[in-house]
Formats: sequence, structure tokens, C-alpha cells
Amino acid sequence: MGGGLVGATLDTLRLTAEEAMGLLERGEVSRAELRAAYYDAVAARDAELHCYLRLTEDAEGEGVPIALKDVIGTEGVETTAGSRILEGYVPVFDSTVAARCKEAGLSLLGKTNTDEFAMGSSTENSAFGPSRNPWDPTRVPGGSGGGSAAAVAGGLAPWALGSDTGGSIKQPASLCGIVGLRPTYGTVSRYGIVAFASSLDQVGPTTKTVRDCALLYGVIAGRDPCDSTTVDVPPVEVPDAEHLKGLRIGVPRELNEADGIERGVADSVARAIELAEGLGASVEQCSLPRSVEYGLACYYIIAPAEASSNLARYDGVRYGPREAGGSFDEMVERTRDAGFGDEPKRRIMLGAYALSTGYYEAYYGQAQRVRRVIAEEHAALFERYDVLLSPTSPTVAFLIGEKAANPLAMYLSDVLTIPANMAGLPGLSIPCGLSEGLPVGLQLVGPQFSENLLFRTGHALERALGFDYVPERLR
Amino acid sequence: MAISRDEVLHVAALARLELSDEEADRFTEQLGAILEAVSKVSELDLGDVEPLSHPLDLVNVWADDEPRPSLPLEAALGNAGEDEDGHFRVPPTGMTRES
Repeated sequence: MGGGLVGATLDTLRLTAEEAMGLLERGEVSRAELRAAYYDAVAARDAELHCYLRLTEDAEGEGVPIALKDVIGTEGVETTAGSRILEGYVPVFDSTVAARCKEAGLSLLGKTNTDEFAMGSSTENSAFGPSRNPWDPTRVPGGSGGGSAAAVAGGLAPWALGSDTGGSIKQPASLCGIVGLRPTYGTVSRYGIVAFASSLDQVGPTTKTVRDCALLYGVIAGRDPCDSTTVDVPPVEVPDAEHLKGLRIGVPRELNEADGIERGVADSVARAIELAEGLGASVEQCSLPRSVEYGLACYYIIAPAEASSNLARYDGVRYGPREAGGSFDEMVERTRDAGFGDEPKRRIMLGAYALSTGYYEAYYGQAQRVRRVIAEEHAALFERYDVLLSPTSPTVAFLIGEKAANPLAMYLSDVLTIPANMAGLPGLSIPCGLSEGLPVGLQLVGPQFSENLLFRTGHALERALGFDYVPERLR
Repeated sequence: MAISRDEVLHVAALARLELSDEEADRFTEQLGAILEAVSKVSELDLGDVEPLSHPLDLVNVWADDEPRPSLPLEAALGNAGEDEDGHFRVPPTGMTRES
């Protein structure tokens, strides 16, 4: 055994997945000791943080453990997507990402909490109660992947997978002071993932460091015959360069000066920009005039429209609890009314309305045109810049309950992540400082398939920033 | 208000949701506010812009027509609320068929 590394003293708050991998490879820690250390952390902190919906203590795999968001289908392990309507649903096959994690030897620790059907920015929409932020348990961890982010930040998992439709990986990573990647649309298989909005959903890593992020992305990325929207992915490079010489960074005014961006968030991002210049990058202001102003409206038409179609399958026939009814229609309506929470109901109705006769062109058709405008505005900027930089979230973690009664206020949490998502672009969030004692996230967006460039940029900045990802109150 | 209570009930029926009176009132107000906000997209004159339905320029994917094992029947039915003789069982659809 290596000095001081017996299971009981493993510091899961600080240990990166890459370090854990090294301990296993050198035989300094056993697989069982490593898993036990994370379950000790779960026993100590999950009653407060509520990261996990269920644990999988008898899971196989000799490698580093992992937690998976509960929208990711796992054979033989209940998968609810945070919804009552899937309570008791046990998939009979693995999602491709779960299968790839298994093939890489990663052992499942458990399934993490999520807003119902990944619809939300705080995990308060989970049918099974909210998760809490390890930096301050009176605050949200972000959402929808708040369970995965809080688990990694709180030392309850070395790394985790989330899914991102409007910002559900990047925003929780930002609020919890860790790293999150929303990959280019089409690089990670959606086979076996509980669908929300199919032209937007992407699975991606939530990790402590950018190197961990690249390692995990390398495990899950690649073409999958079971998902015809996937493509061949360039070989993933784990970054090690610590300079940014020759990198051209664009700073879109609208993403950096939007209404509602807190002063402390803007200040932390400004300091990161100065550091980037010091590392050799050139930085210039630029503009995304229509992407930010119209992005949120565009998203809240297209995503609900796709959701209303995807969620039509929950009818009490093939899976999930069923309510009694005298006729088929009555059974379906009662099952859906009892099984769905408010947020899926709102989005199903919003989407059904936007797609209905007489409104289709004004809402859905127009939103699809706005989507092309957004994609083209970004493409034009990438002729002059390699990477676009902004805050990930306009605010630091907000209080539990603060926005729960006002859906529109909650939607604004994703105003800075949505534009790049509409364009199918990859985005990396890394922590860049603290504001009032809470983490601030920096969003780096690149052209499609530029993950390696985002990893290099994120890694160099991460080193220069020296952010300590262990929550202050747990140090 | 951008949407009436009757329209909400109509959309709910389309989406097979049975709303209580309280839900119908609450959703009318919330959906009205959301629809007002998303109507912002109509400010832009985009008559000549092609709609974008998918973020990647993909061409069709072809695969050989090779049979592979599919789910065993009992696995496919394993999560069902009710099944009978290898079928999903549901209440009567309410349709009467003349023979």
C-alpha cells in the first residue's frame, strides 16, 4: 500500500478520476476500497445533498467508479428520469453510453437525481425531491443534472455523466464549481437515453478537471449503429499544454453583458480573460446580436414541441404505473395526469399548442428559422475566432425555492447556454472563481467537433486559475 | 392573455392530460406568460430563411438488412402494467365494431 492511501483515508473530495485510475493501476488501492470510500462519502453527506436516487452496491467493473444521471438507461437498474410516471421501470437493455462505461471497466455507483425528464435548472422539479449544492445546502446545485454535479463536487463520485438539452450539464457544473462538457450534437449516442428534445439532447461528462473530462468523453464518444444521428468523432486528446499561444478568443458582448448577469460573475470572467491574454491568447469583443436576444424564445418553442411528441409514449401500457380507467382513453389520461409533474405538463401543452393547426407556422416554423439564424451567426464568428467565451450562468447558485413558483424566471437560468446548444455546438464550463463564496462558471464554445481545442483551452486556463474545487465548508 | 382557459383544456385533451379545475386555472396563467415571452420570435422577418430542423448536415444512413436477435417476449412485456397471452392488455377502447 502507498503511504496514507488506505481506503478509509482516501480524500474523495480532492481525488480526481485520473488519480484514482493511477492508484488502481499501481495496486495502491483496491477496487473495493475505492468504491467503499465513495459509499462512505454517500453515507456521510447524501442525506443532506440527495444526489442519488438509488445506489448499485453490487455493480461490476474493475475500474474507476462512476455515477449516471437517471435519464440514462441501465439494464436491470431502475431508471425513472426523476418522474413518477417511470417509477419501477427497469430497462431490459443498456443505453450505449452505459454499455461503453461498462466496457471501459467503470463500475456504477448509482443513478443521480434530475429534474423530471431533465426539464429544469435546479432539480427542484424532480418527483423525488431536490438535490442540494455542496457549497451551500440551502442553494440549488443547478439542473437538470444537479444530482451528478453535486455528487462530483461533494466527493460522492469521482465523475459522472449528465445530459444537456438547454444547459443541463454546463449550468450545474457552473453552480457546483466543477467541469462540464456538452459535446457537439451527434458525437455521443442517445440510444437508451430517456428522450426530452431529440434534436438537442446530448450526453456528456461532469468532472473535477478538464483532463478527467477528456478521458470520460473518450469513453463515450463515437458513432453508434443504434443512433443514426451519430457521426465519426476525431480521436480525443487529453490536454497537457499550459499556454494559449495563437488562440483567438471572441467575447460576444450580448453573452457577457446580458441583463441579469451578476457583478461578481462578470468580475470573475473578466479576470479569466486577463489570464487568457497572459497565456498568449488574443482576445477581441464580438457580437451575436440575434442569437442571445431570440435564443431563449426559440428554445422554449422547439424543445417543448419535441417533448410533447417524445412524451406521448407514456401511456401506462408498456411501462410505468397505470391508473385505473373504464376505457382506454380514461386510463391514459388519468395515468398521465397522475404520473407527470407540473413542468412536463406545461411543456407538453406548450409544445402541443405550438404544433397545433393554426399556430404551427407562427411558432414552430418561425422558431426553426430563428434556429438557422443562430447557427449562421455562430458560424460567421468562427471564421474569425477559435473559441467564444462568456459566463456559463448569469448567476451563482440561487436559493432553493427562489424561482420554483415562476417558470419564466427559472428558464432565464439557461439564457447563456441555449444559443450554442441551438446551433449544435460543443461547450465546456470550467470554474473561474468565487462570487460571495459561491462558484462562477466560464463557458467556452467552439465550432462543431472542436472538443480537443476546448479541452486544451480549458486545461491551460484551469492551471492558470488554480481554482480549488473542494467546497470551502468541506475543506 | 395569450391563451384562454378553453384553449388550455383543448390542448390538454390533445395531449391526453386530464386537468383538475385548479390545474386548468394555474396552467392558463403560466402558459399565457410563457407564450407571451416566446412570441418574441415573431418580431423577426425571416420569410426567406430555410427552417433548421437538425444541427448537423447529415445524409441518410444505410444499413444491410441483416436479422439480429430481438428482445424476448417476456422481457418486452416485463414492465407492462398488464399483459395477457403475449400481448399488452388495456381497457376497452370504447369503439364498437359491427360485425
